[in-house]
Amino acid sequence: MKAIVSFVAVLLLVAIGYMGGSAGSTSRFLFGVVAPYSAFAIFVVFMIVRILKWASSPVPFRIPTTAGQQKTLPWIKDSKIENPSSVFGVVIRMALEVLVFRSLFRNLKTQLHEGGRLAYGEAKWLWMAGLAFHYSFAIILFRHLRFFLEKVPYPIQLVESLDSFLQIGAPLLYLTDVALLGAVTYLFIRRVALPQVKYISLIADYFPLFLIFAIGATGVLMRYFTKTDIVGVKTLAMGLISFNPAVPETIGAMFYTHVFLLSVLFAYFPFSKLVHMGGVFMSPTRNMANTSREKRHINPWNYPVHVHTYEEYENDFRDKMKEAGLPVEKE
Amino acid sequence: MSKLPKPAELAKVSYNNPATDWMDTPVEFKPGMYCHGSKPKSLEIVGFPNPRDWRPADADWKLPENWKEILIEGIADRLKKYRSFRLFMDICVRCGACADKCHFFIGTGDPKNMPVLRAELIRSVYRKEFTTAGKILGRMAGARDLTLDVLKEWWYYFYQCTECRRCSVFCPYGIDQAEITIIGRELLNLLGLNIEWIAGPVSNCYMKGNHLGLEPHTIVGNLEYMLDDIETVTGKRIKPSFNRKGAEILFVTPSGDLFADPGTYTCMGYLMLFEELGLDYTWSTYASEGGNFGFFTSNEMGKRLNSKIYAEAKRLGVKWILGGECGHMWRVLSQYMDTWNGPADFLEVPKSPITGTVFENAKSMKMVHIAEFTADLIKNNKLKLDPKRNDHLTVTWHDSCNVSRGMGMLEEPRYVLRNVVNNFVEMPEDTIREKTFCCGSGTGLNASEDMELRMKGGFPRANAAKFVHEHYGVNMLANVCAIDRATLKPLMDYWVPGVNVCGLHELVANAMIMKGEKERTTDLRGEPLPNVQAKEEKA
Ligand code: HEM
Ligand code: SF4
Ligand code: SF4
Repeated sequence: MKAIVSFVAVLLLVAIGYMGGSAGSTSRFLFGVVAPYSAFAIFVVFMIVRILKWASSPVPFRIPTTAGQQKTLPWIKDSKIENPSSVFGVVIRMALEVLVFRSLFRNLKTQLHEGGRLAYGEAKWLWMAGLAFHYSFAIILFRHLRFFLEKVPYPIQLVESLDSFLQIGAPLLYLTDVALLGAVTYLFIRRVALPQVKYISLIADYFPLFLIFAIGATGVLMRYFTKTDIVGVKTLAMGLISFNPAVPETIGAMFYTHVFLLSVLFAYFPFSKLVHMGGVFMSPTRNMANTSREKRHINPWNYPVHVHTYEEYENDFRDKMKEAGLPVEKE
Repeated sequence: MSKLPKPAELAKVSYNNPATDWMDTPVEFKPGMYCHGSKPKSLEIVGFPNPRDWRPADADWKLPENWKEILIEGIADRLKKYRSFRLFMDICVRCGACADKCHFFIGTGDPKNMPVLRAELIRSVYRKEFTTAGKILGRMAGARDLTLDVLKEWWYYFYQCTECRRCSVFCPYGIDQAEITIIGRELLNLLGLNIEWIAGPVSNCYMKGNHLGLEPHTIVGNLEYMLDDIETVTGKRIKPSFNRKGAEILFVTPSGDLFADPGTYTCMGYLMLFEELGLDYTWSTYASEGGNFGFFTSNEMGKRLNSKIYAEAKRLGVKWILGGECGHMWRVLSQYMDTWNGPADFLEVPKSPITGTVFENAKSMKMVHIAEFTADLIKNNKLKLDPKRNDHLTVTWHDSCNVSRGMGMLEEPRYVLRNVVNNFVEMPEDTIREKTFCCGSGTGLNASEDMELRMKGGFPRANAAKFVHEHYGVNMLANVCAIDRATLKPLMDYWVPGVNVCGLHELVANAMIMKGEKERTTDLRGEPLPNVQAKEEKA
């Protein structure tokens, strides 16, 4: 049901984009210029707001999740990355989290077998699909920079040729296009096929998957099937980036759909779970060194509390203490 | 009290979800799955709000008129105070990687015991009250109103989480449900909604210095019993000191070690070790609790109870503090104490008077775990050990959640263990070290009225122990945690009869040859030593 709501919402967005792109020049200006500008502005401003909001709450305690041996006695080998005790260790730990999803790589499948025996099996599919999805998304975004630059720089050309090294079809098939759509499809299927994941899923979990799939699909349609006027697209993109927007007459509705969906994604981003992109860097269980015994961590809102002092304790128990032969402060 | 089902029955866990969405599935208080509510007296002693007689199963929880406001304000306050909380409310993608990592989910099959759903219980209210989308779109955005049913659901499920942090190891963003439960319980305590098994020990500890409420003379008396037993086994009479000013070291251990076996055997181990080393140390009856049930109540209560340790070290003028075997005690000490009640600049950097080793890793908080201390002794050949005395045991090692995932003490106890026993077998890889499973009874859930919950929560741990019991003849589950010693025993008796439970220093003391001891014929439990057994059989 939740999946259907999200699906319908994305279909609606597709329809709006397509109609907007097929209507007159005012409408094309709206969908080709106003939408991307405002979406980008919303993305930047509200992402900053979100991050400042997180940053404004302090980290009162040093609470890394220690996933390896601590640093203690010199002859015991410590786990410098899984339980970092230096900034360097933390940087490596974070890099592994962000670049290769280290923690997700640990994933296991817990299974209860006949006779009440528990077993823990490998479960790397989510990790693989997650990596495929994020990397292809990142690479595709990077490849798109070619539209925004007069002369296509070498790194982009290199990525393009690597991405299409299979040399299939004309225009050449990009691997990341296949990977993105495949991975998103897998992520969707597991969400509805695994009962537990289905049970926890919200509308907001299906929506980005459908949206990103639709962005990918419109892109693929344009590149390999319906074709679009690349020169016109480049003119539009260059106009956008130089704050001198022009809307060529020659671009088809599919393109406007694509751009509109992307605009929705950008505008939606700061208000959704997609903020994990920024949040992952700020997670206190991952980005802190395990040094709380070595160096005092300061809690900015630490305040004095009521305690039961030794004096009060002795007053309560003086006679009993004396009888038991315990020393007392006051006779 | 409800009747505990047979193990074969409990092992049939159904992982089928209810037909209704979780938001439409009201919480059902199942007997055996929750603890008694806090008693008014326990709350009054520490000045906690809303002390009254109440029962969790009652419809009326006798809440203050403005309970909702109190909670919403409480959430707002904590969002400002804890980046962890704010962040964890926002960034979960509901990938489900944490779902089947929680022992309570594995043991109950209840979807609300998936860490992610446990968080959603409170996240849904956060969305409603603190996000624009939630305010406008409501349910569509995963938001819901805070109602009495929701509050009851919080209570039920935040007291079905042992803050073990296993979920946080697997989460791609390190979202730590323990952190959310800590804050959730803090919120519940604003309305006087604690469980008595926590509130009672907290008030005891506040007034008397320890959870069990042992008064000074009882502490001395209990240790005297142990000294008698030590004399019987070794022929040596030990005379420890209490509240002694000018000692070099203050020793603090969980009061569970002073109270019931098998903790008392571990405690005898400490006493014998210190005697053998001629350590200049003292016990304290005021700081007579290493553990901290305040931590399971609120940050502030944790700090209030913890304050005694540094205060007593200062009063007695010791140089540093040695800590006994405990799990959550050590997460609190290693990640909170110095921040709460430091700086302990009146103490010196801990230095073993026996080996001269300086514990640089504890330079600021000035407290050393006894497993670290003993590992250093053994490494430097300061103990005469005869591991054969433990040959009647095949031992496996249970990593306690908090020392594993809130400290990272994995190798020290293993090093000690390998030197004091000959037969040591690890449990399956995915159930130890940072992936270790909880005993199922941590964070103050080790009451008796919730035994079914405990047996279910301990199911994965027991399952791993059963595996090594059946395959390698393991008959002893060793650990460094007072709660484990108290809770793993019933867990083993229920799931894996034939496996006993002990602390690390019980095994150390069994193996340790003391100067001038008589020839030992029994271990600390009074059971004949293997060589004696063999001799008897020959004769
Ligand atoms: C530093 C950057 C990022 C990191 C480290 C990161 C990491 C992750 C990880 C570990 C997951 C869970 C595994 C999975 O479901 O694939 C995930 C999920 C997800 N990420 Fe990211 N991400 C980043 C940026 C982004 C961006 C820029 C987007 C969007 C365009 C995005 C969209 C998603 C979506 C939609 C999911 C949920 C997939 C599902 O429904 O199962 N992420 N991310
Ligand atoms: S593993 Fe982390 S991100 Fe995934 S569902 Fe659990 S808490 Fe959320
Ligand atoms: S902290 Fe432990 S008990 Fe709590 S949800 Fe996570 S895995 Fe379960």
